[in-house]
Amino acid sequence: MTEKIIGVMRIAGFNVFVPVIRLIQGENRDEQLKLLWRTIGIQGVTLGVFLGLWALIAPQIKTNLGQVPGPAQVWEQIQSLSLEYRMETKNRKAFAVTEKARVEQKRAENPGLEVKMRRYSGRPTFLDQIFTSLVTVFTGFLLASLVAIPLGVLCGLNRTLMSALNPLIQVFKPVSPVAWLPIVTMVVSAVYTVPQPWLEKAFIISAITVSLCAIWPSLINTALGVASIDKDYINVARVLKLKFSTKIFKIVLPAALPYIFTGLRISLGVGWMVLIAAELLSQNPGLGKFVWDEFQNGSSQSLARIMVAIFTIGLIGFILDRIMVTLHKWVSFGHGTAGA
Amino acid sequence: MIEKPYLHFSGISKIFTDPKGEPYPAVEGFELRVAKGEFVSIIGHSGCGKSTVLMMTAGLSEVVIGGIFLDDKLIDEAGPDRAVVFQSPSLLPWLSALDNVLLGVNRVYPHAAKETRLDLCKYYLNKVGLGKDIHKKAADLSNGMKQRVGIARAFALKPKLLLLDEPFGMLDSLTRADLQEVLLEVWNTEKITALMVTHDVDEAIFLSDRVVMMTSGPSACVGDILPISFARPRHKAQVMEQTSYYQYREHLIRFLEDGKDKKAAHGMVSSIGDGASHF
Repeated sequence: MTEKIIGVMRIAGFNVFVPVIRLIQGENRDEQLKLLWRTIGIQGVTLGVFLGLWALIAPQIKTNLGQVPGPAQVWEQIQSLSLEYRMETKNRKAFAVTEKARVEQKRAENPGLEVKMRRYSGRPTFLDQIFTSLVTVFTGFLLASLVAIPLGVLCGLNRTLMSALNPLIQVFKPVSPVAWLPIVTMVVSAVYTVPQPWLEKAFIISAITVSLCAIWPSLINTALGVASIDKDYINVARVLKLKFSTKIFKIVLPAALPYIFTGLRISLGVGWMVLIAAELLSQNPGLGKFVWDEFQNGSSQSLARIMVAIFTIGLIGFILDRIMVTLHKWVSFGHGTAGA
Repeated sequence: MIEKPYLHFSGISKIFTDPKGEPYPAVEGFELRVAKGEFVSIIGHSGCGKSTVLMMTAGLSEVVIGGIFLDDKLIDEAGPDRAVVFQSPSLLPWLSALDNVLLGVNRVYPHAAKETRLDLCKYYLNKVGLGKDIHKKAADLSNGMKQRVGIARAFALKPKLLLLDEPFGMLDSLTRADLQEVLLEVWNTEKITALMVTHDVDEAIFLSDRVVMMTSGPSACVGDILPISFARPRHKAQVMEQTSYYQYREHLIRFLEDGKDKKAAHGMVSSIGDGASHF
């Protein structure tokens, strides 16, 4: 049982907690404590040193918006943001109740009349921005993957296609999202002329910009993974004269899966970085816009709030990466002795 | 000479191009006739082109001059009528042993009922001694077990021709001896025409009806053919008691040693003779 939990922890990349579990189980205490110190202990010390230096140096720097905030001010803003969120939620609920009452009353007064519910017009909270950003990044990532994986498989199987597409890939790969943004904005505005309330233009622009930058790592890695499949597996497919679809789903995709997931992991990381930049530049809703709004706002709390956003962005990026690493390890099982 | 061969190599040649662009004739004028139901081994030094001959028969490598005919049909592509047991087991590690065999069976019997196909797979997996491990992932099997699955996969296709490319080359000698017996046991009931490449003299004598000795490349071809007249079914211990066994052995080793001398004269000795001297 213990070994099972530890196995799961290892796949999930939480090696740090393995000694904790062993300690609870009462396995050789001294060794586990030593291991614990080497991981959690040292990480704690690093964090402490970082916070100390930050608290020491930040107040020394004066800006137009007051001094650079230290850890204490940032912590204050975390609390203030969470308070704002609770207030907003309360307001929204209160509005919903009064609005419902208003509509019902109107309908009672004048049964024939069509009465519309008004939408709550409060500004989005920090949590709303996080949610918007996550939805956008996953949409963009999904779009990118839907193109990158099939195209990568075809490229990996067909050298001619690979060399045909290679120049395009090499040229577009290093282009920054900032360069794509104006074009994407103009094209989307031109094509998407009748905006629907459930699909905002800003959302489409951000998602497409993310896709344009996230597509390349997945595409390249998928092609590489498919091209480097063990020749024996391909020979098996040839001897058995497998149908194209059987070959793809039973041999090519499983064999290339570890490579594909390495690509997807890089793509998601790139997508997340690109998204924040795109939101910031184009005023599209999300964490990037939060940062820009606070910068424009220019109050004494703005810098501390931006720092909260920075830590949030970093933490979410880290969690996304961990998820991809876990998936990667999970699909890589059974590949350990693949060559034999 | 077999008048009406089931498998016929009509003086085939394979010419590679070396990195300088010069043509390199690996195999030249390879002529061999194999009767239906015969088990023939090809033996020779490493790199003599024996595996190339096998891969051409499988349709995985192109014949440059001449043709290989199986049941009067020219071989021009790979197909499941020629099952290959590769040196590395080449199982798909993410599939179970059963699914690995089923992959081929589904292809060959697309119209059979699912139960029938499963039973066929289980029958062969059972025969190679894998009865209780059929649901294990191939990645979790030992090399010997994997090769058992490889043998089951080949027989389950009910091929016209069984091609074995140094099938036990990667195994330790105990496992190898076991698997030779397993292979022979399954083969005895099916009598599928078989062509095996090996550099193990004892393996060739024990399994084959005839042992074809290939000269060393370049321009490798059939150097000598040794018929092995032990009755079947054979058992290792019984075979080894016979004096003719040691005469066969002597014959093969002398051929290989001579080839080695010739190779040495050409200054081409590398890792040859690895199988010839171990017993």
